[in-house]
Amino acid sequence: MPEYKRMYNKDKVITGLIIFLAVMTFPFWYNHGKAAPAPKIELTKEAKAAKQCVRDKDYMKTEHMQLLDEWRDVVVREGKRMYVNTEGKEFNMSLSNSCLECHSNKAEFCDRCHDYASADPYCWDCHIDNPKEKK
Amino acid sequence: MENSRRHFLKIAGISALGVGTKPVLDAFASSGGGHEKQVQLKAGEKALKAKNWGMVIDTRKLKTKEDVEPLIEICHSIHNVPKLENQRHEIKWIWETEYKHAFTGNENKYLDESTEHTPFLVMCNHCENPPCCRACPTEATFQREDGIVLMDFHRCIGCRFCMAACPYGSRSFNFLDPRGFIKEQNKKFPTRMKGVVEKCNFCAERLAEGLMPACVEASKGAIAFGDLDDPNSDVRKLLKENYTIRRKQNLGTEPSVYYIV
Ligand code: SF4
Ligand code: SF4
Ligand code: SF4
Repeated sequence: MPEYKRMYNKDKVITGLIIFLAVMTFPFWYNHGKAAPAPKIELTKEAKAAKQCVRDKDYMKTEHMQLLDEWRDVVVREGKRMYVNTEGKEFNMSLSNSCLECHSNKAEFCDRCHDYASADPYCWDCHIDNPKEKK
Repeated sequence: MENSRRHFLKIAGISALGVGTKPVLDAFASSGGGHEKQVQLKAGEKALKAKNWGMVIDTRKLKTKEDVEPLIEICHSIHNVPKLENQRHEIKWIWETEYKHAFTGNENKYLDESTEHTPFLVMCNHCENPPCCRACPTEATFQREDGIVLMDFHRCIGCRFCMAACPYGSRSFNFLDPRGFIKEQNKKFPTRMKGVVEKCNFCAERLAEGLMPACVEASKGAIAFGDLDDPNSDVRKLLKENYTIRRKQNLGTEPSVYYIV
């Protein structure tokens, strides 16, 4: 076999490739194996009793950030503070005074998911964690 | 070899995609449920309304420090205004000053005794023609339809153009994180964060609930608040019956805060 068709240091190259691949794909298989189960969040007594948030659970799970983004605009800029949901129930559009009044266990509710998703919103810099600290 | 490499990449790609995007796809699947239309956003029934909110301060009824301090205190405590000792860091929504500072350009060389010693309450004038709004590049400072010049703290980038534009020094900048300088937080009202400007908001949050501004309520009749565009309002009556002055009128900002002297 002519020299130029040979791969020099074949073993090393292949080992190197394997290591390279292993390193590059590390995040994928690492997460795949361990893929942290979705965090368990705890509801407060109040939240359990209310059964439903301002909207249904699925909507709140995926859209609460859009909802809050819309709320802050209409409250501050349009002076509208009343939210009438699909069932006709009224809510004061206030993160501190409505959301956190019911979900007063920020650590077991908001933070668990936010930590899991590495979502670190700066809402808390101004809006006080819990109007009434209770579990 | 060629074939199996391709095969491998295909599988790898798909599984990586699967791991990375499943939650996103789930989110898409469950959003846009189409309930949107029935939702309503509105002002509360009790909300106080006006075409152009304004204030009349009767300085004859606010003669001493003891008269004005409780008003400052109530405003600052309900709005989580921090108390910073360093004057350059100071945050003020409402404060007292001397005639010669409040009405620069209007002062005579020699003032009567009472004018010279009366503490004048000053705050944002909620100007009808506010230069701060024009200066703000993000529209974080804006004028509501009812005349209130309000700040959207979510949008403020701390450029301080508005501070330079306001001829009354009505705005303060948070050089430090204000939490920690607030003795007792009012949990109903947000604090601000470092790098944001703030000022008196004419108690927009109280008006929305049907309440008068806190300083007005605490003034026991020394401050009136109402609709400047309504000829039958209390404020207009006071303006008709009393001689009033406004701050730096020659600048054309048209302040909505009037002083009976
Ligand atoms: S007093 Fe200053 S901050 Fe207030 S509206 Fe007038 S210009 Fe703007
Ligand atoms: S400091 Fe904030 S409010 Fe003032 S001009 Fe800049 S963005 Fe607007
Ligand atoms: S109107 Fe409200 S925010 Fe403005 S000075 Fe009075 S109490 Fe403070």
